[in-house]
Amino acid sequence: MNDALDGMYREVVLDHYKNPRGHCPLDRYDVQNEGFNPVCGDEVKVGLRIVDGRIVGVHSLGRGCSISVSSGSMLAEILRGKTLQEARDLAQHFKRMMHGEIRPEDYDLGDLEALEGVQKFPVRIKCALLPWTTLLDAIDAYEHGEHAKPSTTEDPQFGSRPNMVKDEQDEKRPV
Amino acid sequence: MMPKSSLAASAQQAPLNVARIRENFPILSRKVNGQRLVYLDSAATTQKPKSVLDALQHYYTHSNANVHRAIHTLGEEATQAYEGVRDQVAKLMGGVPRSGVVFTRNATESLNLMAYSWARPRLAKGDEILISEMEHHSNLIPWIEAARVTGATLRAIPITPEGVLDFQAFGNLLNHRTKVLAISHKSNVLGTVNPIKEVAEAAHEAGAIVVVDGAQAVPHLAVDLNELGVDAYAFSAHKMLGPTGVGVLWARPDLLQEMDPFLGGGEMIREVYLDKASYNDLPWKFEAGTPNIAGVVAFGAAIDYLEQLGFDKLVQHEAMLTLYAREKLQEMGGFRLFGPSDVSRGAGVVTFHDKNVHPHDLSTIVDTHGVAIRAGHHCAQPLMRRLGVVATARASFHCYNDRDDVDALVAALHECRKYFGHE
Repeated sequence: MNDALDGMYREVVLDHYKNPRGHCPLDRYDVQNEGFNPVCGDEVKVGLRIVDGRIVGVHSLGRGCSISVSSGSMLAEILRGKTLQEARDLAQHFKRMMHGEIRPEDYDLGDLEALEGVQKFPVRIKCALLPWTTLLDAIDAYEHGEHAKPSTTEDPQFGSRPNMVKDEQDEKRPV
Repeated sequence: MMPKSSLAASAQQAPLNVARIRENFPILSRKVNGQRLVYLDSAATTQKPKSVLDALQHYYTHSNANVHRAIHTLGEEATQAYEGVRDQVAKLMGGVPRSGVVFTRNATESLNLMAYSWARPRLAKGDEILISEMEHHSNLIPWIEAARVTGATLRAIPITPEGVLDFQAFGNLLNHRTKVLAISHKSNVLGTVNPIKEVAEAAHEAGAIVVVDGAQAVPHLAVDLNELGVDAYAFSAHKMLGPTGVGVLWARPDLLQEMDPFLGGGEMIREVYLDKASYNDLPWKFEAGTPNIAGVVAFGAAIDYLEQLGFDKLVQHEAMLTLYAREKLQEMGGFRLFGPSDVSRGAGVVTFHDKNVHPHDLSTIVDTHGVAIRAGHHCAQPLMRRLGVVATARASFHCYNDRDDVDALVAALHECRKYFGHE
């Protein structure tokens, strides 16, 4: 009935929402962080267990809308067996896809490709990105030997707020 | 509020001619996602009638000048229009002294004014501030901060499972250490109307002042401050058909007289030296800088519009819609409804939750049908926690809504079930 809605609520997205993966806590966390969307109260927790430079366990727990929960569930599924650098690449490419900079077929994003339809609903893009930005902050902190600070969707790196896309236009604007 | 029986009887008739009213609101003729706009988010901000938009335009095209200082025709006209609205507000609120009517940016600023200028210099460790569990953050954060800075203790009156104030607990919490009771007149989530007159009497007996957040009440009910007997009362123009950027603080003039200024600058002074100043008479002592003159003038047109509708009819109309919406949602099943089921205890707001569908998903889906509702914590996180949810969906009404709008919402909600199913 509604193509845009059908494009966002694809079956694979709803399946991840109704049966989210990665809920089981790990016995040890090497990389860990929490993320919040202060606008709606959504929360995510992301934790990784690393052995010999590879991710052997992923914990992902979300309390929120279908898009943030589904994105977090996909994260849990896709990261296992990857190196931190591969996880980082994946997160960056996912962000670029969500901002329309690359197409799903440009990079192998697995189930995450199904979230492409969220682009039609700009206010929801940050829901999809919340687990991934939380992950990126966690990896950064881990590599600097620090504890991650909680991530929020209001962080400029989300790029979903109108004032974050303005830089080029600002330069062109007559002073 | 009127007794339940007469509300139920009047709920059968349509007290307002909504078709006629809708013609006065230009925005309601636009389409959203190809559908008729069904605006059910008036508790966040109401739409504006053409008379308000015209007043803004007319002010800027005919009378624009700064108030209170220009000795020329435009300045005189602007001042008269601006001060005329102060008289209108004083009359609207039951005929209170105009010297107690302070124009601010919004209800939030009005409440902050009381927390900063009244509470902070007067409170100390051992004193208590009493709030309720149903407060909007705007009537919570200023008091959290005042308590933090002064060492005073913040206490919260619990609500009952029905979503009304727990009166017995209120009685137990109130004591001689209570210096301020800060409470909402009407909850933005539950729709509950609190018995302000009764709580104010009790608080006064304990020696506390009573500060009321009326942001959700004034747009929907006739509020008589003389009858309520409160010390300060805050509300916003934009929730009552007026423009954004205008709020009102009404406070007892003797209280305002004792208080230090909130913001300093032009307009609020009498005599200024390099090292000291004396301050203007009330209410201008609390209106530093050039105010939102055009906004205040247009707010006057909004008050006119509301008074022409009549608050009695508005109360009946919103009670009718609230009953209808609650009934329709219950018929559909699967929703948890919040707030009193008895519309004589609160109406105008229908807040609901579907355990299978997050409110954000609900809101996105109904928006594709042109239906605007609110999803989230509604700036009341402690209340959400109390209700045991992270977020809820809320439909709220004003004079331009009718049963067709509720039907459109319900039809759109059926679409949600298509994606998320139902047990």
